[in-house]
Amino acid sequence: MKILVPVKRVVDYNVKVRVKADGSGIETAGVKMSMNPFDEIAIEEAVRLKEKGVATEIVAISLGVAQCAETIRTALAMGADRGILVETDAELQPLAVAKLLKAIADKEQPKLIILGKQAIDDDMSATGQMLAALLGWPQGTFASKVVIDGDTITVTREVDGGLETVALNLPAIVTTDLRLNEPRYASLPNIMKARKKPIDNMKPADLGVDPAPRLTTLKVVEPPKRKAGVKVGSVAELVAKLRTEAKVI
Amino acid sequence: MTSLVLLEYDDAGIKQPSRSAVAAAAKLGEIHALVAGSGVEAAAAAAAKLPGVAKVLAADAPALDHLLAEPTAALLVALAPAYSHLLAATTAVGKNIMPRVAALLDAQPISDIAEVVDADTFVRPIYAGNGMATVKSSDAKKVITVRAASFDPVAAEGGNAPIEAVSIPDLPGVSKFISAELSKSERPELTAARVVISGGRGMQAGENFKLLEPIADKLGAAVGASRAAVDAGFVPNDFQVGQTGKIVAPELYVAVGISGAIQHLAGMKDSKVIVAINKDEEAPIFQVADYGLVADLFTALPELAAELERS
Ligand SMILES: Cc1cc2nc3c(=O)[nH]c(=O)nc-3n(C[C@H](O)[C@H](O)[C@H](O)COP(=O)(O)OP(=O)(O)OC[C@H]3O[C@@H](n4cnc5c(N)ncnc54)[C@H](O)[C@@H]3O)c2cc1C
Ligand SMILES: Nc1ncnc2c1ncn2[C@@H]1O[C@H](COP(=O)(O)O)[C@@H](O)[C@H]1O
Repeated sequence: MKILVPVKRVVDYNVKVRVKADGSGIETAGVKMSMNPFDEIAIEEAVRLKEKGVATEIVAISLGVAQCAETIRTALAMGADRGILVETDAELQPLAVAKLLKAIADKEQPKLIILGKQAIDDDMSATGQMLAALLGWPQGTFASKVVIDGDTITVTREVDGGLETVALNLPAIVTTDLRLNEPRYASLPNIMKARKKPIDNMKPADLGVDPAPRLTTLKVVEPPKRKAGVKVGSVAELVAKLRTEAKVI
Repeated sequence: MTSLVLLEYDDAGIKQPSRSAVAAAAKLGEIHALVAGSGVEAAAAAAAKLPGVAKVLAADAPALDHLLAEPTAALLVALAPAYSHLLAATTAVGKNIMPRVAALLDAQPISDIAEVVDADTFVRPIYAGNGMATVKSSDAKKVITVRAASFDPVAAEGGNAPIEAVSIPDLPGVSKFISAELSKSERPELTAARVVISGGRGMQAGENFKLLEPIADKLGAAVGASRAAVDAGFVPNDFQVGQTGKIVAPELYVAVGISGAIQHLAGMKDSKVIVAINKDEEAPIFQVADYGLVADLFTALPELAAELERS
């Protein structure tokens, strides 16, 4: 069984991002970039399925600027077998990403595609569901457990009230939640080995997709800043302040 | 211009996040509401009472039970021709279904809006809420999820809309509901509570969350948690507040033994009043707290319970 895993290059989750002074977006120049944390979880799950003998090949795909190749290398070092880079300097939104991934899936014919539940930059939480729709496949989103048995995949999902389990016909889409697994660190020998693994390079036009964005960002502003308040000296003072000053209890 | 809002419901009626989605839709024009599922009569009657709803569509079919994404999206797509905007709350259900609907309509979803500027233009958070982006959609139909914490919900009563049964299109049968393991609690839901008290890694163990209970009881609060507390198995996943958990904006948020990582702040920094209890006076949570108490939570929590009990 072949598994595709789309991996997005995003601003590292530890970076305190800043809005650009001209309000055109977020400052990304000179900022540390990493693989979207949920996509590390997606790669890890695929590698575990391969280690169990369920998966035979893992293809890591990244779409965006040339440096996305580094994100693919990270996936290869974690255990993916080969990579596909869809290179463009243009802004890609989830609809375009889903269309490009569908074109790749049509060629590659995987049984399973594992994506992150959410990219921590655009916070859209949309691409996996959209790809499932375009392929006409079922979707198991926000997965905290995945079991494959023959032509069925059973996915336990993190939902608002707790957990929900669904069974899907393969081929299917899974999107990862935080508790699906704990991704491994790539070992040095595996990082060396990853350098020799192949990465296919293509452009959106090669896939016959018009990636033009449908949402235009008019401006980005900082959210209202909260000021640090006061330190209280005791529990009694806290309760008194909540009663008489804040009037919330 | 008419909007269709997908509602979520339980035995108590239409859920609060869905009533916030109706409030957002009210800024766009006429509103129709959709209740889907197996046996939706009571839910349709509850939906008909929401102020501002002009018509309720009731979609009743066994295949719609549990609102699985594949059949529910197919239903929404079948209904879409009559609508300019399709909306749902940013909940596990809304996030699961609406992007699927958008793709089938060749539209880019507009996720988690915090403000309606006009029929095409919306404000939404990006980068864990560290930026608020104003975006304009060029799609013919807008598919939207609504950040419930940013819109005051419409009341549960006051309207009297007609209910119309909709004919059910062919629904895909590629997915099946197996089971649900839902946390049972007498407390209000996190996203609807007036007061939230959350514990973090500093709580040290699941059983120590009991220290929060008398306080939550006294204040009518929901109990939440940081990711670290959930990952450590102290509490179930549905307690998580944050960028990738639940977004809350209660009147009062009490963070206990939580350091205040960006991802946690993203889920609670719009709360009206924030209290932090942490033994580390340098903890970043104090930078957003209106009232900070530097203290060991194991002494502060019993004291707080006693102090609230006293008066
Ligand atoms: C992709 C991604 C998504 C994430 N999403 C979320 C999310 O949605 N929500 C979320 O919360 N986090 C999220 N995180 C995790 C986040 O980065 C932090 O790791 C997490 O919030 C830390 O939880 P914490 O504050 O409980 O733990 P810690 O950072 O370990 O803080 C524990 C605090 O408890 C205090 N403490 C310890 N003992 C005591 C005591 N006896 N009395 C008083 N205080 C005490 C300490 O001083 C410390 O400040 C995410 C991370 C990633 C990478
Ligand atoms: N440009 C991209 N390249 C690779 N994968 C992507 C890209 N954009 C989105 N994805 C995948 O889609 C998931 C959800 O992203 P989003 O819908 O933007 O929140 C991510 O976790 C990735 O798995």
